[in-house]
Amino acid sequence: MSDTLHPPPASACPACVAAPAALDRAQSPPEGARIVLSVPGAHCAACISTIERGLEAMPGIDSVRLNLTLRRVSVAAEAGVDAAAVTARLAALGYEAHELDPGTLSMTETDRQSRDLLMRLGVAGFAMMNIMLLSVAVWAGATDATRDLFHLISALIAIPAVAFSGQPFFRSATRALAAGRLNMDGPIALALILTVVISLYETLQSGKHAYFEAAVMLTFFLLAGRYLDFRARAAARSAAQELAALEVPRATRLSDGGEMTVPVSDLAVGDLVLVRPGGRVPVDGTVTAGRSEIDRSLLTGETLPAYAGEGTQLSAGEVNLTGPLTVRVTAAGKDTSLHRMADLVANAEAARTRYTSLADRAARAYAPSIPLLSLGAFIAWLYISGGDLRLAVNVAVATLIITCPCALGLAVPAVVTAASGKLFRKGLLIKDGTALERLAEVDTVIFDKTGTLTMGTPAPTNLDDHPQAPARVALALAQGSSHPLARALAAALQDRGLRPARLDDVHEVPGYGVEGLWQGARVRLGRAAWVGAEARPGTAAYLAIGGETRAFDFTDRLRPGAETLVAELKAQGKHVILLSGDVPPAVRDMAARLGIDDWQAEAMPQDKAARIAALHEEGHRVLMVGDGLNDTVALSAAHVSISPASALDAARAASDIVLLGRDISPIADAVRMGRLSVRRIRENFWQSGLYNIVFVPIALLGLCTPLWAAAVMSISSITVSLNALRLK
Amino acid sequence: MDVLAILIPISLFLGLLGLGAFYWTLKKGMYDDPEGDSRRILRDDYDDHPKP
Repeated sequence: MSDTLHPPPASACPACVAAPAALDRAQSPPEGARIVLSVPGAHCAACISTIERGLEAMPGIDSVRLNLTLRRVSVAAEAGVDAAAVTARLAALGYEAHELDPGTLSMTETDRQSRDLLMRLGVAGFAMMNIMLLSVAVWAGATDATRDLFHLISALIAIPAVAFSGQPFFRSATRALAAGRLNMDGPIALALILTVVISLYETLQSGKHAYFEAAVMLTFFLLAGRYLDFRARAAARSAAQELAALEVPRATRLSDGGEMTVPVSDLAVGDLVLVRPGGRVPVDGTVTAGRSEIDRSLLTGETLPAYAGEGTQLSAGEVNLTGPLTVRVTAAGKDTSLHRMADLVANAEAARTRYTSLADRAARAYAPSIPLLSLGAFIAWLYISGGDLRLAVNVAVATLIITCPCALGLAVPAVVTAASGKLFRKGLLIKDGTALERLAEVDTVIFDKTGTLTMGTPAPTNLDDHPQAPARVALALAQGSSHPLARALAAALQDRGLRPARLDDVHEVPGYGVEGLWQGARVRLGRAAWVGAEARPGTAAYLAIGGETRAFDFTDRLRPGAETLVAELKAQGKHVILLSGDVPPAVRDMAARLGIDDWQAEAMPQDKAARIAALHEEGHRVLMVGDGLNDTVALSAAHVSISPASALDAARAASDIVLLGRDISPIADAVRMGRLSVRRIRENFWQSGLYNIVFVPIALLGLCTPLWAAAVMSISSITVSLNALRLK
Repeated sequence: MDVLAILIPISLFLGLLGLGAFYWTLKKGMYDDPEGDSRRILRDDYDDHPKP
């Protein structure tokens, strides 16, 4: 981007030499480190080749592997290669990438759990197939000693298999029972144990029916549902949480002995801290020396950088833009405004009523009926048969197996897996399994402005008003600064094919702008008062050539897809609201551009949360889309929340869905998909219910054979899975 | 029916063999990237020589 044919005037300016972007990532990984990056844009075989070959060509890279399922690339690199370089290379290849923290324990923990479940699933599958071979022989008419032998071998396989594979259910059931609740796993565990025990008893008594294959099959199908559920959530959770935060764990403390890098937690009130350009302010404090501009957008949503000079109050989390600042600490650690915000979030989360998922509601209604029905069958048959204990137990077990919620266990996970897979391909990570269900209930959508509907980067609007000569001077000056407005201006002017004018003595005056000499005249680009221009409303940079002044107006660039998203949401009948911490003119412009009638400017974090609470009072269900620290309270207070991957860590943690790409339009798909998923889940409940309505009477009449049980179980599970796959 | 004495151990052995193979693939991480692997097989990058 900054390929200058002209000797870069920036060299004259000390602030620019300290390349700002590189500074906050100054901690390079330890030797021979693995760098893991999320690459949401990778989707095809060509992507594998491009990414792997492109990165392998980089010096210092040992090996590269792209995991297309998780959209993650892991790089083994020599010391000295840092994630920023790899990210830049990927950007040059045309892929957006975010760094992940590879050392996080939870990632390996997730892997371990997933392998554990898969192993249990494999064992259950193996046992099921083998027992089925033997059972088919029995159903085909094996009798007497042969049947008993086959039953015995089945028992030998089934007992260890169920003991091993059924453990997730046994554990969950005992946990629930210990807490005095009955969850779905209770009846499941009961059915598994009773079925195996009774079948073993029947086998030893040379009975006609043994239900070993039913027990193992039940385990297999339920584990499949459990695994799908786990897989869908784990992929989303690990990626979303590990998008590395650019928080500042370290600060530069100034003392008599010079500069010292210390952990932020070691800072005390009264310390002097140096904040370099491009760095994030680690504490709350007052500026004691230096002049600069600071970017408050993450905290307040203001697009325009604010001036900071001696005496200015800074808050933790703000970004220093142009000049070095010395800050006296007024609050550190837990007392900073950053942490107070975190406390607000915690309060909002506690206040959010716990959502009961459809699966929970179904389980709560259904779970008690399973043991009750089979107990009823047992007592009734004991009475009818005049005390034939064995017959009564057999009927009770058959009832237990038929009512056991095999398809019910698959009904929700199969749909959620299919839906989150579809959305993942569109660049949306579902962090919470119930997010889709909650999304289906949404009728109001609230957007934040800066960083959510906009890219958070300004773009000049009135370049056509300026003749070429001053524009070239502006370009040359803009290249001398790393201020966001200057950078945007330089990029836009370069895109028009302009070459920078030849200037002498270019230097940046932190907090004011850039100045230099052009054909003997002093030229300045910067604040209105400093260049001697009249300030205009809105965001602008001012250029002075001699006595003549010009203004470059800026507006925040819209995020791609924002217009279609708002239009689509309105077409779906949602009420769209814009809540921003920015100044009224900027918000009004944005609302007009997107066609949003309901907007509010200068909203404080508490205001946003209060508005959401008020809407909830009125019975509305709110989807909050936001990225800043000022949105986190609102994100956790809303019924369901989405944040872009570029959002602050706290905001991503507080939201249910993370948007990976730059394009914001998939949110409309997510809302649509939420409604569709809920419809499919309900259909699945009805389907599995239908099987029970038909077959429970048969089982109660004592007509259900093991063959019937096996057939019903597999057919219902398969139809439920197929129905989930219909999701488009 | 005597043949059962041979067939049943064989079928159990084969089943266990399959389970062992499954365990091995699981340990080797072959289920970590099903989507990527399904596409990698169609690449011709390393047709003439193995991946270095």
